[in-house]
Amino acid sequence: MNIVVLVKQVPDSGAERNLRSDDNTVDRASASNVINEMDEYAIEEALRIQEAHGGEITVLTMGPEKASESIRKALSMGPDKAVHVQDDALHGSCAVATSKVLAAAIGRLDADLVICGAEATDGRVQVIPHMLAERLGIAALTGARKLTVEGDTLTVERQTEEGYEVVTAATPAVVSVWDTINEPRYPSFKGIMAAKKKPVERPSLADLGVAPAEVGFDGATSEVVSHSKRPPRSGGQKITDDGEGGVKLVEFLASEKFV
Amino acid sequence: MADALSGEILVVVEATREFGVKKVTLELLTLARTLGEPSAVVLGGPGAAAAMADRLGEYGAAKIYAAESEEIDAHLVAPKATVLATLVQRVSPAAVLLPSSQEGKEIAARLAVKLDNGLLTDVLDLDGDGVATQLAFAGSTIVRSRVSKGLPIVTLRPNSVTPSAAGGSAPPVESLDVSLTDADKLARVTDRVAEQKGSRPELTEASIVVSGGRGVGNADNFKLVEELADLLGGAVGASRAAVDSGFYPHQFQVGQTGKTVSPQLYVALGISGAIQHRAGMQTSKTIVAVNKDAEAPIFELSDFGVVGDLFKVVPQAAEEIRKRK
Ligand SMILES: Cc1cc2nc3c(=O)[nH]c(=O)nc-3n(C[C@H](O)[C@H](O)[C@H](O)COP(=O)(O)OP(=O)(O)OC[C@H]3O[C@@H](n4cnc5c(N)ncnc54)[C@H](O)[C@@H]3O)c2cc1C
Ligand SMILES: Nc1ncnc2c1ncn2[C@@H]1O[C@H](COP(=O)(O)O)[C@@H](O)[C@H]1O
Repeated sequence: MNIVVLVKQVPDSGAERNLRSDDNTVDRASASNVINEMDEYAIEEALRIQEAHGGEITVLTMGPEKASESIRKALSMGPDKAVHVQDDALHGSCAVATSKVLAAAIGRLDADLVICGAEATDGRVQVIPHMLAERLGIAALTGARKLTVEGDTLTVERQTEEGYEVVTAATPAVVSVWDTINEPRYPSFKGIMAAKKKPVERPSLADLGVAPAEVGFDGATSEVVSHSKRPPRSGGQKITDDGEGGVKLVEFLASEKFV
Repeated sequence: MADALSGEILVVVEATREFGVKKVTLELLTLARTLGEPSAVVLGGPGAAAAMADRLGEYGAAKIYAAESEEIDAHLVAPKATVLATLVQRVSPAAVLLPSSQEGKEIAARLAVKLDNGLLTDVLDLDGDGVATQLAFAGSTIVRSRVSKGLPIVTLRPNSVTPSAAGGSAPPVESLDVSLTDADKLARVTDRVAEQKGSRPELTEASIVVSGGRGVGNADNFKLVEELADLLGGAVGASRAAVDSGFYPHQFQVGQTGKTVSPQLYVALGISGAIQHRAGMQTSKTIVAVNKDAEAPIFELSDFGVVGDLFKVVPQAAEEIRKRK
């Protein structure tokens, strides 16, 4: 089973993150960047499927030059090769355009399965997996907390508000995963060394058959009008429990009409 | 400058078998009334629309479009997007509003690709000029944005709008033709399993959320969190550390990799207040915390904080609420 794993490089969610003041895009240059956490679970799931069923794993990233660090890190976990779509024309791309580029790149790979994270921590939009499925005309099994592969049949447990749904489809398909699906491995020393030699293909937009006008700011379907820092919430009253803390808590709740 | 919105606003209805029309749907209708004339779109199994017509009318739906088919229920999302896209092309609404739930975002995603149209997710507000307000980066940045290609396709974060009834009655129902392609029927739902939750309100919709963190110590102790939630009529949430430690199931996780909640009252018990946790609860109206560490960051955003042992403070609070009832 040939698998494409989508890996996005994002600013570390534990550190300070900003939008740029000049063009309203995510400031990736001054941020400390990491693999989108959920994508590590996607890589792990791909590796487990490969261990059981064979086939090849390709990491696919669309992102600036810097993203190659994340690609190496992804490869050090075990995937065989990578495709890095990098073009200055892509700067400012919206989700609709991003899905166009990723779909075109996937189309050139002979993928039975595309695995990605359920959401990226920078935009938190959760839309790429279904956009890809829509463009590729293949099934999307999204929000998986469990994935089973039997022959060419995929079955996932999809977390819902009320419990879970069991959803099944034949390959080829896109599967997006939550962090409950597995525990990602750490790269081994051997893995880190091997990653340095793994092939990374860098197709141009032209290779993908995507026109520059369809992506970036020119092709954007939505735009940021303005942005500002939200004033931090200021803390209110803080008391130390003197044996009556619970009562005082309820007095506060009552004063706010919650009790 | 974009033209002001006016005319028909499509509101995609979300409902559960247990509770019927979800509160976020009523919020969407309330918001839609400020922008134009709301039409509710029901995408579900046979009989879905009839059961909801009164409620949708009460909140201002002037019309209901109903696509009811076994096929919709039996497959994941794609059929809903196909029916919706056909409707949008036929009636040319001024905007399409959906809940910012997993499914709402997924329908919006497919619709945007089908129509080659922009979309905005997780918005807190949409004004008459089509400009939406969003929060980025764990609530630290306010973003105002708009769709620049096509009509606004917008998903609304639950608890962003106060639902208000318009006093209408059940509107006319127009039933939609459900004609699907093979590509719509690739992902088959073979089972739906309900998991324990009891009678508590749903996490993202609840006006009160009581969450427990690592400080709660173990799964058994979560009964304390549940007890306080039940006394307040709230939902139960958990930090990732609590979920990862197996104290509480993942679907109740609040934060960046869990649910985003925006209740009137958020109570954090034994939660330190890491940035990724804040990402899911920053916009709560009132925040209350109990933590034995006076330096815990959660206090920086709490309207009322008790520095103390939750195993003493919470039972006493529960007892006090009972007394007052
Ligand atoms: C990419 C990424 C995504 C993440 N997503 C999320 C997310 O969605 N949601 C989330 O919550 N976290 C998330 N995290 C984890 C987050 O960084 C924190 O690790 C987590 O929120 C900590 O949970 P906690 O506050 O329960 O535990 P801790 O930080 O361990 O805090 C426990 C608190 O309990 C207090 N305490 C202990 N005993 C008692 C007692 N008896 N009485 C009173 N107080 C007591 C302690 O003083 C402490 O402050 C994410 C992290 C990463 C890297
Ligand atoms: N630029 C990108 N390059 C590679 N994968 C991406 C990119 N953007 C999104 N993805 C994948 O799509 C998933 C969902 O992202 P999103 O819809 O942006 O929240 C992520 O977890 C990634 O696996």
